[in-house]
Parts: sequence; structure tokens; C-alpha cells
Amino acid sequence: MDQWKNFSKGFFKENAVFVLLLGLCPTLGVTTSAVNGLGMGLATTFVLLMSNIVVSLIKKFIPDKVRIPSYIVIIASFVTIVELVMQAYVPDLFAALGIFIPLIVVNCLVLGRAEAFASKNNVFTAAVDGLGMGLGFSMALTVLGAVREILGSGSIFGWKFLPGDGMIVFVLAPGAFLVLGYLIVIVNKINKKEA
Amino acid sequence: MAKKESTFTNMVLTLFLVTLIASTALALVYEVTKGPIAEAKRIKKMNAISEVVPEFDNDPGSEMKKLGLDKDTLYFYHARMGDELSGIAVESFTNLGFSGLVRIMVGFLPDGSIHDISVLEHAETPGLGDKIIKSKSFDKNTGLSWSSQFKGKNPEHFILKVKKDDGEVDAITAATITSRAFCDAVQRAYNGLLVLGSEADDDK
Repeated sequence: MDQWKNFSKGFFKENAVFVLLLGLCPTLGVTTSAVNGLGMGLATTFVLLMSNIVVSLIKKFIPDKVRIPSYIVIIASFVTIVELVMQAYVPDLFAALGIFIPLIVVNCLVLGRAEAFASKNNVFTAAVDGLGMGLGFSMALTVLGAVREILGSGSIFGWKFLPGDGMIVFVLAPGAFLVLGYLIVIVNKINKKEA
Repeated sequence: MAKKESTFTNMVLTLFLVTLIASTALALVYEVTKGPIAEAKRIKKMNAISEVVPEFDNDPGSEMKKLGLDKDTLYFYHARMGDELSGIAVESFTNLGFSGLVRIMVGFLPDGSIHDISVLEHAETPGLGDKIIKSKSFDKNTGLSWSSQFKGKNPEHFILKVKKDDGEVDAITAATITSRAFCDAVQRAYNGLLVLGSEADDDK
């Protein structure tokens, strides 16, 4: 397994958000600003990495019929750990992300990688996959959040460079769909050129 | 890759072990983060109180009083400078916001007038209702925000309703519902303060 390809596929070729279209609920709900998108992406990356490692480690010991419940317990545990740690050490980001942190458990990307990849590969390969997909997810969320923040609030990472209100629609749900749609177009064009 | 057989015993045993290890790990993390989480909450409360009352040197959070009202609770924090009462911060709420619950912290001076108000929690529309937050309605030229109009007013004679409802409060343009809800929350805080005051008098 070419580990570099394994790692980098998460950024463009198999980007969770722009190509696989997985985990769109937190993507659309949380990316009202760049820092929110980044925070959510990193939290999800941690869960992806840890759950991929653990699932790959114990794949031989889990009977086939109970693999999904087992994976979910493992994923949910790591999400709870992330939630507690965030609440303790970055309470402002925790308050900003709100209910979307526990929702990482049902992010299709996490269970999808555990089931489709980690349960069928060795620990190192699974870890690289988790890291690559997670960082690609984080990149997607940060870009989406940055665009929405620039257009909707006239600021970037909290630094306001335009006075007054921006185009409010971009901070609301419809704007999220609009920006995501255009970003998917751009990424697909990039992928086509490379192919 | 040979997986374990899905016999009944195997399945039960596996699930038991997975959940056992998971819950142990979680219990550990919970214990470790319990302290920092409580401390973060305490600091947040202190900051919210400092924003609305004059200088104090006690710990208002430790002297918190509660009052059950309208299926929810009001919290009162007495801020003191030495033996003198600097002000009372009241954590109030309203369910009449455009998007439901709005929680505010109102700082009252001992004479019952409003010193300052800050918004703790809301889901109002960005660009409209969210102007109840100071930073969103801040005017560089005057140094004032929408909620500045409440400063120094005493609800004893200041009518806490929007002008449309024969009150004295200037509503946010195109956000009347949010403005009304805000007034409702401030009125609730003042009513609670009166009840608290009369309860204290009864104890004397």
C-alpha cells in the first residue's frame, strides 16, 4: 500500500465532503466561521484516527454479527472523550460547536472508514487513512467556513476587515448549501485535470 | 482474515468486554476533566457577573440565591465591595424570543436601577435580533449599543415595554419580537429582585 497515496487521497481524490459527500450535517451546520470549521474538523480527525487504530487492532476478535455495535461503542467513547476534553480546556470553542460535537458519532465518515477500511487493513495503514481523511475533512470545513465568514461577516478567523454586516445569507443555512455546491464544482474540476 | 465465530457466547463476551473497557476509559477521562470543567464554568459565570455590576471583591457565585419562577429559575448573585453591596446580578430568561429561549444577565444597583445587561444565550436571527448583543449593535461614533438605553433606568418608573406597546424602549428595527422578548426578560429579573427583597425583609 502506497502510504503517501493512502494519506493524500483524503484531500482531493477522495475528499469526504467534496467527493464522497459524507458528514454533510456538521459540515453545513458548523461552518459559520473558519475557526468553527477548523475546530470541528480537528475533533473529527482525532476520533477518526483513534477509532481506526482501535478497530484495526481488535478486528480479529470481534465476531462478524456484532461488529457494527462494537464499532459504534468505540467511536462514541472517543467522541465523549473529545467532548469532555474540549469542555475542560477550550470552553468557548465547545460552546460554539454545541450539539455538533456529540453528532460526530453519527458522522457517516467515521463509521464508514471503520467498516470499509480499518476492519480490513493493518493498524499503520488504517491510522494513515484515518489521519488523511480527517485532515482532508478539516481542510474542507475550514475552507467552507472561511468563505462563509468572509462573505457573511466580513471577517476571517475573527479578524474583521470589513465594517458592518456582510451578506447574512451566507451565515444561514441556504448560504451553506450554495457555497458547498460551488466548492464541489471546483474540486471536481481539479480532480478531472489531474486524472 | 479469520474472524471469530459469531456464536452466542462469543458475541455476548465481545460486547461485554468492549463496553467494559469503554466505560472504564470514559470514567477515567471524566474524573480527570471534572475539575477543569467546573473551573471553566466558574470563570465564565464570574466574567458574566463582572460585565454587569460595578467593582466587587467577593465571590458572587458562592452566594448564589435561587428563585423558581415560570417553570424555570432565576439566579441572584450579590456582588460586594468589602461590606457594601455593589450590585446584584440577576440571571434571567425569556421564552418569547423569535427563536425561543433568550438568557440574559442584568446588573442592578442597590437602589434598583439597571447598571448594565449582557446576553448569555440566544438563537435570534443574525443581523436582526442578534443586535441585543452589544458587539452587534455597537456604534463607533457614539460608543453605545442597543442595550445601552437600559443603563441607569429604574424599572420602578421606567416602563419596560417597546414604544409600540406604550412603553419607553426603542425596539430594534425589524426585530420587534426580539426586542419585546428582551424587555420581558429584564422585567422578569426586576420582578424576581422585588420578591427576593421582600423575602429578605420577611426574614429580618
